[in-house]
Amino acid sequence: MATVLNVKGVTKTYEGGHQALKGVNLEIEEGEILALLGPNGAGKTTLISIICGISTASAGRITVGGYDHARDYRAARNLIGLVPQEINLEPFETVMNSVRFSRGLFGKPRDDGRIEEILKLLSLHDKKDNRIMTLSGGMKRRVLIAKALCHDPKILFLDEPTAGVDVELRKDMWEIVARLKETGVTVILTTHYIEEAEAMADRIGVISKGEILLVEEKDALIKRLGQKELLIELDAPIDAVPEALSSYPLTVSDEGGLIYAYDAQAGHTGITGLLADLREAGLHLADLSTRQSSLEDIFVDLVKEDAA
Amino acid sequence: MNWNAIAAIYRFEMARTFRTLVQSVISPVLSTSLYFIVFGAAIGSRIDQVEGVSYGAFIVPGLIMLTVLTQSTSNASFGIYFPKFIGTVYELLSAPISFYEIVIGYVGAAATKAFMIGIIILITAHFFVDLTIAHPVWMLLFLVLTCISFALLGFIIGIWAGNFEQLQLVPMLVITPLVFLGGSFYSISMLPPVWQTITLFNPVVYLISGFRWAFFGQADVALGWSVAAIVIFMAACLFTIGWIFRTGYKLRS
Repeated sequence: MATVLNVKGVTKTYEGGHQALKGVNLEIEEGEILALLGPNGAGKTTLISIICGISTASAGRITVGGYDHARDYRAARNLIGLVPQEINLEPFETVMNSVRFSRGLFGKPRDDGRIEEILKLLSLHDKKDNRIMTLSGGMKRRVLIAKALCHDPKILFLDEPTAGVDVELRKDMWEIVARLKETGVTVILTTHYIEEAEAMADRIGVISKGEILLVEEKDALIKRLGQKELLIELDAPIDAVPEALSSYPLTVSDEGGLIYAYDAQAGHTGITGLLADLREAGLHLADLSTRQSSLEDIFVDLVKEDAA
Repeated sequence: MNWNAIAAIYRFEMARTFRTLVQSVISPVLSTSLYFIVFGAAIGSRIDQVEGVSYGAFIVPGLIMLTVLTQSTSNASFGIYFPKFIGTVYELLSAPISFYEIVIGYVGAAATKAFMIGIIILITAHFFVDLTIAHPVWMLLFLVLTCISFALLGFIIGIWAGNFEQLQLVPMLVITPLVFLGGSFYSISMLPPVWQTITLFNPVVYLISGFRWAFFGQADVALGWSVAAIVIFMAACLFTIGWIFRTGYKLRS
């Protein structure tokens, strides 16, 4: 698949000296859904704002569909739709007028038929002549999506699409994203809900303190989730894995016990053999427990490591 | 040029005008009528003529300028400030449009509205006084240039303003006094000599004088100065807007 968005060495330092982004590199494939996970203040919105042209980068280069986003800004921005985090809408306008305005801004001729199609996709069609101020919060969010989609972008940015949204609407939103993917739109969403990233994304990126810590296929991450650990506490603490047990993937824990990593989904975990070999090696067990790391753990560990 | 975008901004702004028709059009007409009743009829009946023109007719160009200047400034400043205030400015910044196209859309709409109001006041004036316009083409030219240049000023104010008070500040504290002291209701030759000199530092004097010349063929200052004043003012506004564009002042962080 072709790269549709390429972010290279993008930094952002604000006037006060605060460095919001520290050399971000990111490549987005056409048609994928990437979830950018990160705690508040990690730089998610700053990164999106720079890509979309709302803020300027201090350094670095961005290409969108091969177009330089500063030099060929018209061609680059034509490919992008942005759904901002805040519900920023003209309260007195009707839904239809507001979406028409957005389509016009992107240089597209008026086409109410196309706009109505989009409104239908978002279950907004019956509200098209309503003033925005009369809509519920969830409906307003849909209007924002309609405004972002009305010029048929190739890449859609959803900045915290489900922040402050009830469970039902969140599920709706996931469905909308899935439908958009079917139509070939590349979606980049930011979130701090891990569940959301798991439900929607093909790849997951973790950003913290202005740096991308990892970008990985979701499935690979899930595989990591499949990893379980058997914690073996010993009567007498040790400081190295005994020679006799070197064939097992063992590490020594902080308490002088052993940690055995295994794949819980595999048919053969190797635990029985390990326990027999432990006795053979003359080690006495005090306690056994297992632990499964979640995406949340991975995320928290990464962010913590980064903070240290 | 992204003409569709300019048209979208222009239409969106004009739609606001028509949606708020009462404030937008009827209130300037009403206030102008009040000026005519108070200044034209009540006070004017005691003033014979100013430079050979009946006082009621004499104040028409000044009245139009008073309204057009405040309207074009406040329309354009509100037009760009409101998206900043409610946050919809993100759309303008992320759309494939240049800053100049944004300016053309907002300034064009604000100037159109001010121009319309100017014409409406002119028509209203016809009901109160007899008017013949000596140089109609010049009159329209002055009106259009004034609408555009003060809408440019308004746009700059809208970008600069951080709150609604600041938005009102310049129209209220600068423009209204300058227009009142710029010879809207009198000829500056009626002032004591010292004030005549001081008045020449007021740029609005040149606008009103030129505009009045287009009506009656008489001016406080030479026509060339009036044309120069408006060109210089417009150039200054365009220069400032160019600077805002280059630096992203208060728009792009």
